[in-house]
Amino acid sequence: MPDQDDVTQRVIQVIATAQHLEPGAVTEASTFEELHIDSLDGINILFALENEFNVNIPDEEAQKLRSVSEIAEGIRKLLEAKAGSAGAAV
Amino acid sequence: MRRVVVTGLGAVTAFGVGVRPLWEAVSSGRPGFAEIEGVDLERLRFKFGAQVRGWKGEEHFDPREATLLDAFAQYGAVAAREAIRAAGVEWTPELREQTAIVTGSCVGGQGSEDEEFVALYGRNSPRVSPLTIPRIMENAAASRISLEHGIVGPVYTISTACSSSNHALGQAFQLVRSGAVEMAVAGGSEAVFSLGFLKAWEAMRVVAPDTCRPFSADRKGLILGEGAAMLVLEPMEAAKARGATIYGEIVGFGMSSDAHHVTQPSAEGAARAMRAALKDAGLAAEAIEYVNAHGTGTQANDATETAALKSVFGAHAGRLRVSSTKSMHGHALGAAGAIEAVATLMALREGVLPPTANYTSRDAACDLDVIPNEARAVKCEYALSNSFAFGGLNAVVCLRAA
Repeated sequence: MPDQDDVTQRVIQVIATAQHLEPGAVTEASTFEELHIDSLDGINILFALENEFNVNIPDEEAQKLRSVSEIAEGIRKLLEAKAGSAGAAV
Repeated sequence: MRRVVVTGLGAVTAFGVGVRPLWEAVSSGRPGFAEIEGVDLERLRFKFGAQVRGWKGEEHFDPREATLLDAFAQYGAVAAREAIRAAGVEWTPELREQTAIVTGSCVGGQGSEDEEFVALYGRNSPRVSPLTIPRIMENAAASRISLEHGIVGPVYTISTACSSSNHALGQAFQLVRSGAVEMAVAGGSEAVFSLGFLKAWEAMRVVAPDTCRPFSADRKGLILGEGAAMLVLEPMEAAKARGATIYGEIVGFGMSSDAHHVTQPSAEGAARAMRAALKDAGLAAEAIEYVNAHGTGTQANDATETAALKSVFGAHAGRLRVSSTKSMHGHALGAAGAIEAVATLMALREGVLPPTANYTSRDAACDLDVIPNEARAVKCEYALSNSFAFGGLNAVVCLRAA
């Protein structure tokens, strides 16, 4: 089970870096709207998140993500799925 | 100002070489999508494309010449060959000097670049082919057409992403109309199926995993296409004097820039380009009966384009027939406008409006008559063909039946 706070903190860091924001400007409660993240920023952030966590975020899931907490939740699920399938392979 | 007619058409698409296979497919609502060949699909999130299949450069060019040409330039040259043959052009030294070539391409020979750089970076190859530069240059198709036919007038290439070939057609139209040249070969060509370029599109998250359903509520994005289309333009009087077949007339051209956002479309910018085309043609909006839409099949484009059409056409929008032939030949980027101009001219000529294929359900944000799935026998006089590019650059051509 990935550490909840760690995932959230890394998501915040990725978004802050991609958007050229101070890390303090992004919180778990931030929405894309508040952070002025448009569609192009959004796909750029998804790219950075996929690199950060080494996961694939499917298009259909990606379209639903509108906030930091939704992203963190989505990433946790992807990491759990990945850990699960790795375990099964062993 | 002279009237400008189209006397030759040529095409290379997923349906094969020639205007005939393209028109047979789009007028019967048949998509040209299939699993992409030549690329490791394990490494891609999507797997369908409107790819030119079984292409062998040596079947169309001397092998030494084929080596010099990326697929995008080969498609362009083969389409131009068909158009020039159809136009029955009889070259004289004077005509060769007074003929222009204007082509469009979004990414030129990116496939050749991809191939060479894979060897350089991936396999530490110590050198890169000296043919790389002439293969990747975006004017390679225009230059090849010039060399092949001995055309020595103004020859150049326009690169405005997905509007490239509409800008090229418009420029050529203006050159012929103004009397700057006596003939023009214009259109666009594109070859997109290299892994690097497909991965870049994947990252944009606008490519559909299944199929392209423009204006349909469940649309999931575009399907990439490739190929070429070329048109021969000349003054109406000259065409009539030499007894050429007239496929249709270009009566107006409009351009605009959104100055809004790099990738988000703007209804206002699109509407300004359509209004400019109507003004250039000297037509009231009510004269237009058919619009070949940009219609990429993305959520954003189709809703925005619908809003733009309503803004330009007002109450008449309800009577317009609108279709996206990208639902069949795919989004061929810099070749899209030219392929769609061919489809539109054939529609006006044959009295058959191509449908929007793969349509399943109505979207309130796209509530126009989009000719779902079934072609319609309607004789129209005037049509618009829309192209709206990333970067916010819009180009609209206004066409008239012969």
